[in-house]
Amino acid sequence: MCDCGPSYSARRRHDGAFLDRLARGLARAMDHALDADDLARRDGLLQRLDPRVKLAGLLTLIVVAVFVKSLVVLGSLFLVAVALALPSQVSLPRLAKQVWLKVFAFTVLIALPAVFLVPGTVVARLPVLLWPVTLQGLRSAAFLLGRAETAATFALLLILCTPWPHVLKALRVFRAPIVLVAILGMTHRYIFVLLESAAQMFASRRSRMVGPLSPRDRRRVATATAGVLLDKALLLSTDVQLAMAARGYRGEVRLIDDFHATPVDWLALAGFAAVASAALWLQA
Amino acid sequence: MRGATDPERRPRKDTWRERKGSHAMHIPDGYLSPSTCALGYAMAAPFWSVALNRVKRLLQTRLAPLLAAVSAFSFVVMMFNLPIPGGTTAHAVGMGIAAIALGPWAAILAISIALMIQALFFGDGGVTAYGVNCLNMAIIGSLVAYAVYQAIAGRAPIGSARRVVAGALAGYVAINAAAFAAGLEFGVQPLLFHDATGAPLYAPYPLSVAVPAMMLAHLTLAGLAEAIITAGIVAYLQRANPRLLQTTAMAAHDQASERERIAAAGGWRGTRPLWIGLGVLMVACPLGLLAAGMAWGEWGTDDLQNPEVRQQITQASGNIAPPEHVPAGMERLASLWTAPMPDYAPPFMHDPNFGYIMSAVIGAGLIVLIFVALSWLLGRGPRSRERSA
Repeated sequence: MCDCGPSYSARRRHDGAFLDRLARGLARAMDHALDADDLARRDGLLQRLDPRVKLAGLLTLIVVAVFVKSLVVLGSLFLVAVALALPSQVSLPRLAKQVWLKVFAFTVLIALPAVFLVPGTVVARLPVLLWPVTLQGLRSAAFLLGRAETAATFALLLILCTPWPHVLKALRVFRAPIVLVAILGMTHRYIFVLLESAAQMFASRRSRMVGPLSPRDRRRVATATAGVLLDKALLLSTDVQLAMAARGYRGEVRLIDDFHATPVDWLALAGFAAVASAALWLQA
Repeated sequence: MRGATDPERRPRKDTWRERKGSHAMHIPDGYLSPSTCALGYAMAAPFWSVALNRVKRLLQTRLAPLLAAVSAFSFVVMMFNLPIPGGTTAHAVGMGIAAIALGPWAAILAISIALMIQALFFGDGGVTAYGVNCLNMAIIGSLVAYAVYQAIAGRAPIGSARRVVAGALAGYVAINAAAFAAGLEFGVQPLLFHDATGAPLYAPYPLSVAVPAMMLAHLTLAGLAEAIITAGIVAYLQRANPRLLQTTAMAAHDQASERERIAAAGGWRGTRPLWIGLGVLMVACPLGLLAAGMAWGEWGTDDLQNPEVRQQITQASGNIAPPEHVPAGMERLASLWTAPMPDYAPPFMHDPNFGYIMSAVIGAGLIVLIFVALSWLLGRGPRSRERSA
């Protein structure tokens, strides 16, 4: 037996792993959505608020986090995000897993070289390599990481504590075109239909696989699946359009606006505004 | 059956390394300044408006379901990790295939919607940077992909291999154009936004680092992924559903018909609006004189020696002073060619406004002359002789 390459079974495992990996990515997206939906229906501080207040308040805090020019204020905003998460039943391990580690892993790759590359006052030198660590580089990396972590935490809180249909309806507060809101809602539903279809196609392909796939064949499987999905997506849109037309749809979208703000919501809105104003005032 | 979605087989740990390729192009919050983000929204808004009006007029009741379906498709395709030659994987954005199957305007809307779902629901790409992300991927990406595909595919038959190559190049060039735009956006941040100590407040690398870093990743991994997915889907559609490729092929045909119609209408009548527009632009040329300051980077050797101009250059370059002496290479090359009308002001003109208009007339006249000569030369080709026979 030739030992010049991987064994048949090893290669087969590898091919299976390729299809598994594709299917796993799709399944993870579905998991994320189901998880978020479950959390959004629990009883917590943010969950109890009117979606319009949450959307306006948290988006304002995201903009403020991008705007501030003080690391202390940025750190305080991060603590506000953590303080909002805990009474909303969003645990710190969940935040760490879903936001902090991912953002850190991505941002640190970009921020780390800045510590050495940004010119300025040298505060230390890297052992062995003797690369200069500058104060400006450290500040720049801290800003990048701090802003990305804080903004992503606020964004995740919005999604984890608000059912997606409510987020969409709340977008109307910002005068988003009604047709856009309707399309976003439909897209959200179609995504799960297509994710399910793609996962089934990969499962079906894997169950019929009797030999190893070359990288070229793997690419062919992935692109053919994408082609079938495009076809299915367009067929789906035709079916849905006919169904909508049969129910009287003539191109005008109407949404039922059933949100009612309570005094607690107004208080929360004032709280968000106060935090945003304080952050801007302190960094000035 | 223990299928791919079997929960027991599903690893719970997220492996961020699996998300390679164009991930870096989904700019998160905090990397760009608020003013850059606002500019991104402002630049994207007219494209969204035009795209929505055009697509709405064409699709009417099909608009919502079709855009929703294609947006969902773009979203799902972005999750496909493809094996790339060299043993790694990367994922595509799907801008190439969306522009080829639907045309650029519907693709702009579909990808913008997919990006919004990614930003809001999956935290991939920032909320404040959404306008910039759309500008890069949905607008620049779709328009470039469509232009490249049309230029290469031309009027080739739907089933031809040329369309597959055109698809691959459309995807490759489009994602690289989008990456270049993102590199520029990153690169201007340290120049424009830093604190009192000089520390960059947002993306920290200058253009000389940001653009090559973005391009290196996209000219290799992400570009290949986009090329593979676009070409693969075009090849699949040629076999399975060629009707889908007909949509944009018909558009190419329509544009050709439009050109033929204009040509048939005669030189003046068909192109009258263009000539009038050109005339208006010529007369409006002196408006440039109203602009304050100087064009950044367009400095001459005299400017670098003039203390007043040096002060302006320093201010415009984020307080970085130009070199004390004129660089030797610049000095050598500056004298290589002396323009007959330097600074758009012919030496015999005393009024700069009139000089600008004269320059516009002479420049436009030269271009018209070149094209007249070219069309005369092309008109002497074999096809022209066949027509006249």
